[in-house]
Amino acid sequence: MRGHNEPVLEVKNLCSYIPTSRGVIRPVNNISFSIGAGEIVALVGESGSGKSVTALSVMGLNSPSIKYEKESIISFKGANLLKMKKRQMKKIRGNEISMIFQDPMSSLNPLHPIGKQIAEPIQLHQGVSYKKAKKIVLQLLEKVGIPDPENRLNDYPHQLSGGMRQRIMIAMALACNPSLLIADEPTTALDVTIQAQILNVMKELQKDTDISILIITHDLGVVAEMADRVLVMYCGEIVEEGDVYSLFQNPQHPYTKGLLASVPKLRGASEKHLHTIPGTVPNPLELPKGCNFSSRCSFATDKCLSDAPDLIETGKDRRAACWQIVDSQKEEVTVHA
Amino acid sequence: MYVIPMLIVTTLIVFSLILIIPGDPALALLGDNATEEKLALLRSQLGLDQPILIQYWNWLTNAVQGDLGRSLFTGEIVSDAVFSRLGVTFQLVIASILFSFVFGMTFAIASVIKPNSWMDYLSRFVGTLGTAIPNFWLAMLLIVLFSVNLGWLPATGFISISESPTGFLQSIILPSICLGAFGAAQITRQLRSSLLEVLESDYIRTAYSKGLLLWPVIWKHALRNSLLPVITTTGLLFGNMLGATVVIETVFAIPGMGQLAVNSILQRDFPMLQGVVLVMVVLVLVINFVTDVLYSVLDPRIEFK
Repeated sequence: MRGHNEPVLEVKNLCSYIPTSRGVIRPVNNISFSIGAGEIVALVGESGSGKSVTALSVMGLNSPSIKYEKESIISFKGANLLKMKKRQMKKIRGNEISMIFQDPMSSLNPLHPIGKQIAEPIQLHQGVSYKKAKKIVLQLLEKVGIPDPENRLNDYPHQLSGGMRQRIMIAMALACNPSLLIADEPTTALDVTIQAQILNVMKELQKDTDISILIITHDLGVVAEMADRVLVMYCGEIVEEGDVYSLFQNPQHPYTKGLLASVPKLRGASEKHLHTIPGTVPNPLELPKGCNFSSRCSFATDKCLSDAPDLIETGKDRRAACWQIVDSQKEEVTVHA
Repeated sequence: MYVIPMLIVTTLIVFSLILIIPGDPALALLGDNATEEKLALLRSQLGLDQPILIQYWNWLTNAVQGDLGRSLFTGEIVSDAVFSRLGVTFQLVIASILFSFVFGMTFAIASVIKPNSWMDYLSRFVGTLGTAIPNFWLAMLLIVLFSVNLGWLPATGFISISESPTGFLQSIILPSICLGAFGAAQITRQLRSSLLEVLESDYIRTAYSKGLLLWPVIWKHALRNSLLPVITTTGLLFGNMLGATVVIETVFAIPGMGQLAVNSILQRDFPMLQGVVLVMVVLVLVINFVTDVLYSVLDPRIEFK
């Protein structure tokens, strides 16, 4: 684990909403977390849990239909990104915070050579010509493991494989030495062997540059491989948070337990069916009254159905939002008393 | 190579159409008082008494050698007459395409910058209007307004760009607006929807994530990607406009191919008409070819073979 005292990014009470004719949808509902310098934080959850909306909020790239509550703060190096003017945000995007997207097939402009695409943020933020930017581009291509970079500069995306394109995306994201990299499911669209390569590239680069990474994924293998700390999201809320070792060893929230139990195992489980979490993610317009997970939770009590639990400290660097944990903590207190 | 069969089929169709047009060139030449013998003599001189397929074959073998025959009326060599007017029509059509493009691009971009704003509604309205309005009627309205009432622009006539660029501009503005109105509307609609689609794509999000703002994103990343369907439309427009010159050149008295075609039909000047149609078909084929080349220039994924 790396040292990370000063947080690079601090998200406080981030609350986003979409007014629709049938009611208000809250893709992200009052979440808070921070990312320290040089730290790799994983944001885990099912589709629709609000991971990508969170990431795009940091980039300021959410669709204009998504609004933020007044108390929401996304503080990057002390400045609130949500209150920033377009011109100021432009200087941060691609320069201090950059992003890698899920599908490298469609995330590169098909009509521009890759050299020009990687050079673009350098030219934009450092005000240099393509000729000067080209030198940096060549170094970047080498760093991300593109063989023979000189001859690749004028290639178009369609001439490269998926893995190569994701390397190009990484090179592009790192072009201006950002302090925060957001990777939105960077390996989901790639096949398994390539996934490992891409994760390796990211890890190596992280070691070299001490960049902070927010990695968004639903793949717990990726989490185990990459992350220092994990945030588990469900229905727009963080339900559990902890460092990767203790969270994998001792998941506290029933949802995290379910997620971990659903990972297929090679040994010992061949006769059993694959574990699944019963039910489906509730409709965002008809969330349960109490805990969002109560409809699928096998431990749910009456209290879970009527009141929503808060995210509370459950140990060193651990937080979880579950009545079960609140109750067991109370019991401990009474036993000790 | 689809060009040669295409040429043979189109010219054959035009030749057959001539049969359907009522009227007789010999009668048109000699007048109503001509005797039967004189008419028959002239018909055989002109080769009109032969079966249609033989006539066509004769025309074709000469045409292949570059001889499109002579006008039945003026005796002018057809190829000379057609080519002298080709320049005029070409200037008119290019000016109209330019007008369509500039107008269409401006309105389409203005429209996508703020969807559902008044600019968007205006450009959609203009897009529908341009498609619906008949060009000859628009021509008359514009002549009444700008030539008759305001006296700013000439109502008729044409000055070639090589003679006087300012004169050319004055004489071309109204005709190219009328000829280009439909195209402008088409390009506005086409480019608007294609831009809207491209702006939703992942690589546009990537462009924003690099720190680019709306205008550079549109200019550098969205526009070129949106132009492919517009190029197709423009290729089709070209053929469309060549056809429409028949009307516009008549309204504005421009001595181009369209006017030549109309006069040839009225006078039953078959060799001339055949020459005009042949050149127009070749022009359309050339434009199709240029469109194909443009695709591969714009999009590296398309290889030109």
